[in-house]
Amino acid sequence: MAEYNIPRTEAEFDSNFAPKKPLMNDTEAYVESSRCLFCYDAPCMHACPTHIDIPLFIKQIHTGNTLGSAQTIYQTNWLGNTCGKVCPTSELCEGACVYNHQGIKPIDIGRLQNYATHTAIEAEAPLFGAAPPNQKKVAVIGAGPAGIACASELRTLGYMVDIFEAKELPSGLGVHGTAPYKITNEEVLAEINFLQQRLGFNIHLGSPVTTVHHISALEAHYDAVFLGIGLGPTATLMIPGEGKHHVVGAVEFIETIRMRKHLVLVPPRVVVLGGGNTALDAASESARMGAHKVTLAYRRSKQHMGGYKFEYKHAIGCGVDAIFNVTPVEILGNDKATGVKFIRTDIRDGQRVNLEGSEFIIECDMVIKATGQAKFPDLFNMIEGLKMDNGHRVMVNEHFQTTNPKYFAGGDAVNGGAEVVNAAYEGKMAARGIAKFLNN
Amino acid sequence: MADLSINFAGIKAPNPFWLASAPPTNSGYQVMKAFDAGWGGAVWKTLGVPVVNVSSRYGSVNYRDTRMMGFNNIELISDRPLSANLREIEEVKKYFPNHAVIASLMVETRAEWEQIIKDVTNAGADGIELNFGCPHGMCERGMGSAVGQEPEVLKTIVGWVMEASKIPVITKLSPNISHITDPGLAAVQGGTNAISLVNTFKSIVGIDLDTYAPYPTVDGKGTNGGYCGPAIKPIAMQMVRELAQHPEIGKVAISGIGGIETWRDVVEYILLGASSVQVCTAAMHYGFGIVREMEAGVQQFMKEKGYNTIYDFCGKALPQATEWKHLNLHYKVVANIHAEKCIGCQLCYIACDDGAHQAIALPANGSRTPSIIEENCVGCNLCSLVCPVEQCITMDRRDDGKLHDTWEERTLAGNIPDSFEDERAGGNHHWVPEPKEALNKFKK
Repeated sequence: MAEYNIPRTEAEFDSNFAPKKPLMNDTEAYVESSRCLFCYDAPCMHACPTHIDIPLFIKQIHTGNTLGSAQTIYQTNWLGNTCGKVCPTSELCEGACVYNHQGIKPIDIGRLQNYATHTAIEAEAPLFGAAPPNQKKVAVIGAGPAGIACASELRTLGYMVDIFEAKELPSGLGVHGTAPYKITNEEVLAEINFLQQRLGFNIHLGSPVTTVHHISALEAHYDAVFLGIGLGPTATLMIPGEGKHHVVGAVEFIETIRMRKHLVLVPPRVVVLGGGNTALDAASESARMGAHKVTLAYRRSKQHMGGYKFEYKHAIGCGVDAIFNVTPVEILGNDKATGVKFIRTDIRDGQRVNLEGSEFIIECDMVIKATGQAKFPDLFNMIEGLKMDNGHRVMVNEHFQTTNPKYFAGGDAVNGGAEVVNAAYEGKMAARGIAKFLNN
Repeated sequence: MADLSINFAGIKAPNPFWLASAPPTNSGYQVMKAFDAGWGGAVWKTLGVPVVNVSSRYGSVNYRDTRMMGFNNIELISDRPLSANLREIEEVKKYFPNHAVIASLMVETRAEWEQIIKDVTNAGADGIELNFGCPHGMCERGMGSAVGQEPEVLKTIVGWVMEASKIPVITKLSPNISHITDPGLAAVQGGTNAISLVNTFKSIVGIDLDTYAPYPTVDGKGTNGGYCGPAIKPIAMQMVRELAQHPEIGKVAISGIGGIETWRDVVEYILLGASSVQVCTAAMHYGFGIVREMEAGVQQFMKEKGYNTIYDFCGKALPQATEWKHLNLHYKVVANIHAEKCIGCQLCYIACDDGAHQAIALPANGSRTPSIIEENCVGCNLCSLVCPVEQCITMDRRDDGKLHDTWEERTLAGNIPDSFEDERAGGNHHWVPEPKEALNKFKK
């Protein structure tokens, strides 16, 4: 039995994707903030990739200094509101809360953070602003979390910043790749607008950087360039049948749902290939779109899944079935996918091996591939002296400077695919690296 | 079931849980409802001269998510007609003849005192309480705490009352005075049958940060109110103890008042010598139903300890409540962190390092569990008080219990330090870091 009906209207879509972390009301924030112990050298701060002063901002909420609380958050993390919503907090700050060691519910840090930042955004609070111009210009490629954080920080240091974004909306995975129950498009865009209003960086939408000509133009006009381009489309599996209709990549699937909501029709039976967080998101979202049989198929064991346990539980809670130790060998059907042929696998002497004769078929109407995203080696190859590691990740030093000194990079293009909060941190630190470089 | 009944200076009640003279005893309706809920007595909201009240009247101190940890009011005595109050006292006594109804009174002249005592006695009141404590409004008219702060005036008025009254008299004291024994002794010398304390403390509970007026605010202005609630309990208990230990005052019955909300509060007051308790803020916060918890808790305590009546443990803490000079200087406890219970908040570390004696070290091994530097631990308790985990930090005894020596004994023996270099002085061998070690150590 499906947990969810097919959403026919936007209201039904919103109901199926009701927020997992709804906004706190004043009383909830007051009571929850009262529970914080104000730990010394607090573990939650260490667990946050940006090291937000969490005990301080919680205390500020409690004492009614909500805008001061938002300032504390933004001083450290330019995407404070987005991170409060989309961060896997149970794995980060909330997972480190000392209350966990007492069997007491950890402080609801993510939602408290949203309470403060949402208040500041709604109030259009002048918490920060650009520094006087220093006559230097920086180009940022990609308006995702890394690019926005980098641009924001650069503006507070006096640099003029132009962001070049291929898509028609900023925020990268914010609006294009996050499960809708985590954050709405409006919330993502409101924060970027809030930053842009206060800091005055330029975003050029629909402006992909793809050619040598683009690159040399940027180099001629700007003192430094930040690469915050993230990852590319879903990588190919290299199995027969991959080109059939109704075989889609997970990032593309999630983006379509975010953009078109209830106008997307997800068929009744879906197979999702993969075991990472993107696979789990795609599976959960398929179920919430009304698919009544969603099967997550992962080539290794449950213990080896790259996705978080809480995301797995959430997917199971939406009605998703999971099978493990299976590898897809062929996507079946004529022009349209009608099933996936799998073979069972096992680990022998540390090696994954296919078990001969164990092939079986799962019938389905759609296949979602969540088996990794391609990188952008072609673009990187156009930049003189830019080195990548074996996984096509851009190599950087401790200042997020690439092997071409004029280029800096951060976010998924560097770390291979992590959280929004990691990108926000790396973008910010890269901005400081750029300032250090340009002042030398 | 233990017998909770009391005979408080001749006033009999089925239990020691009384409502204090305050808004919860403003009417016969409220007092009847309270008796029905289980309260053993009620001190009626003060009757006396005609007054006019203001709006608003109450202010509060909240602590973290706890509301009304402290509470204050600028309400005056009863503004209802005396005749209505007298009629309702009579009616309550008809329904509850065995419960204690005490009339709180506040008037000015001797003739007024004599008349109102006659009125409430005729209405059937079991006793009288003299309100010499109200620290706002009434004192500006020469009554309430204006009397409580002048022991000689207080003694005179108690004398008038004792001459006029045929029913027991309780004198209620104001705590807004340096030595509570001064008005206490005056009341006893004036002939009072019992004392109740404390009335409220003069207070400002907060300032409105937009209008700059104190709370509670009345059209842009505020005045000092009377402070009560859980916040005042420690100060009130010390005052009860001082009176109970006084050789003269301790002979009369004491009704304990101040921040009482639970059975533990009741038991503590009784252990310090009170034989009835009076409650206001808790009833205003939670309603009369809280008496169920008080009664059940006191019953359980008495059962566990084997007490049959309130008087079996009344004053039992007084011999142990002594002066500093009688404390054993050889007694030695040190903190002990039970690592298996530690959750790693490190509040003990920072409390000790910043607020006490630098006797807790951070772990070097990547764990979050601090450790005690025992040679530096003075046994102050601070770490165990800030620790959020039950029984995680215990204070363990280190002396063998054989030696007993007090400041007074040392003084008598001529064995006290006479200079800071004297080996007998304290703190001589206590290690303290050099001042410059403090720099660059601050962590959030």
